[in-house]
Amino acid sequence: MDPLVRLTGVAKRFPNGTLAVDRVELAIPAGSFVTLLGPSGCGKSTVLRMIAGLVEPTAGRIDWPGLPEAERLGGHPELGFVFQEPTLMPWASVADNIRLPLRVAGLSKAEAEPRIAEAIAMVGLEGFAHAFSRELSGGMKMRVSIARALVTRPKLLLMDEPFAALDEITRFKLNNDLLGLWRQLKWTVVFVTHSVFESVYLSNRILVMSARPGRIVDDLPIDAPYPRDDGFRVSDAYGDLCRVVSRSLHHAIAA
Amino acid sequence: MSEDAPQPRRRREPLWLKLGAPLVIGVLALAAWEALIYFKEIPWYILPGPIKITETLIRDWHMLWPSLLATLRVTALALLVAVVGGFSLAVLFASARWIELSLFPYAVILQVTPIVAIAPLIIIYVDNLTIALLICAWIVAFFPILSNTTIGLNSADHNLLDLMRLYGAKRRQVLWFIRIPGALPFFLGGLRISGGLALIGAIVAEFVAGGAGAGSGLAFRILEASYRLEIPRMYAALFLISATGIVIFLAFTVLTNLLLGRWHESAIRREG
Ligand SMILES: Nc1ncnc2c1ncn2[C@@H]1O[C@H](COP(=O)(O)OP(=O)(O)OP(=O)(O)O)[C@@H](O)[C@H]1O
Ligand SMILES: [Mg+2]
Repeated sequence: MDPLVRLTGVAKRFPNGTLAVDRVELAIPAGSFVTLLGPSGCGKSTVLRMIAGLVEPTAGRIDWPGLPEAERLGGHPELGFVFQEPTLMPWASVADNIRLPLRVAGLSKAEAEPRIAEAIAMVGLEGFAHAFSRELSGGMKMRVSIARALVTRPKLLLMDEPFAALDEITRFKLNNDLLGLWRQLKWTVVFVTHSVFESVYLSNRILVMSARPGRIVDDLPIDAPYPRDDGFRVSDAYGDLCRVVSRSLHHAIAA
Repeated sequence: MSEDAPQPRRRREPLWLKLGAPLVIGVLALAAWEALIYFKEIPWYILPGPIKITETLIRDWHMLWPSLLATLRVTALALLVAVVGGFSLAVLFASARWIELSLFPYAVILQVTPIVAIAPLIIIYVDNLTIALLICAWIVAFFPILSNTTIGLNSADHNLLDLMRLYGAKRRQVLWFIRIPGALPFFLGGLRISGGLALIGAIVAEFVAGGAGAGSGLAFRILEASYRLEIPRMYAALFLISATGIVIFLAFTVLTNLLLGRWHESAIRREG
């Protein structure tokens, strides 16, 4: 089966001369949960932003064999992006923040309302539709950000260290909720983190990156079955997998 | 659930303190002023006390009130043109960098040249006095709105802008959905400054024009009273000008709080 997106020999050199990533070969099958794991500055964000079309690669190409021709034109409504910060509009309510992509797409109010309500329910923010960003906790803001990303029903969700700024308890909870949504909606996720534990818990495949220039140096399948829950976190299998991934990451950093 | 790191924010004092404290100071100062005149026996035609000034204000109200209206009209019109002009120009600047680069220096030149120095020329060349006054007040008032709004439009969250690109948003949508709402606090800050400046511009222009014997604004009343050494009336007109400035400032502060109350740090009341 065709992968959803394929990167062939992709490289990015910024105008200041930094070769941020080099020779990236990557095919992401539809329905997978892929994590990019690597030290700070190794080019994880750059890869993600190239997939999103926010950064132009200076070499190589990015194809979308898994998308029908019509959907590849104009913007990327089939993509959702979640940044490390919630990136909400402080002047708008939760519902209006989630409405943003639908407004851009020109959906009528009647079309938009049920989808906004649905997205709010999915991230468990019922009752907060009219709250403002400053009235929410950090975890709730992140939920709004996720709801905004999934209100367009994306085929591919790109997440750039979305939970890095959260405390561990909140992060675990959001990890579980994200996995639940992923299994329910059957989308494809590319997730960026520098936490070994988070990457093993979430993904079915981990790409380990090394820095200067950023390269993918290891491709590790995580075969543990879903659904994963807090029991998985304390299992021997989880510990073993974390060890394997940790070792690979250390090699990547040392290289 | 985690909370964001608490922002250091100014503590909000209770309203009675914020209003009461300056009021007490004001009443004490006025009392001291009145007492000084009483005990030193200073004649009112040299230094009138608050009571005498109040009397003059009431007695001359029939001439001061139309003057106040004349000054207010110029101030309000100049501010209106400054808002429309400054805001539109800022949007233009934000939409094309080359326009900003080529025009902004001239906006600065207009701003740094003292209005008293240009006002006589404007009054000579422009026949209609109201329009001449308007131009003077506008020159002073429009810059803070222009520069503040430009900064506001350009300081949109880069991630939000990226998100808009991802969604394939048009320039117009980015402007309306992201840039303009984000620029609102900056614009309102500019508006508060411009409100006061428009009044100053109007008064300065009236002074310059008043020398030629025309005009009927408050500044003209002050000039006229000074020729006749009617010092209490000078004080009365001065009081009206200050009061107008204060009212303008307060009105825009209230407007700012109404518009930003729920989301912007500057206007949020801190609970607990
Ligand atoms: N706009 C830019 N201009 C120049 N260099 C850049 C730019 N963006 C990123 N870089 C460089 O590219 C490299 C990769 O950056 P990137 O942000 O992709 O790293 P990262 O893996 O996401 O790091 P982190 O985990 O800290 O977020 C870094 O060396 C960085 O300095
Ligand atoms: Mg990054």
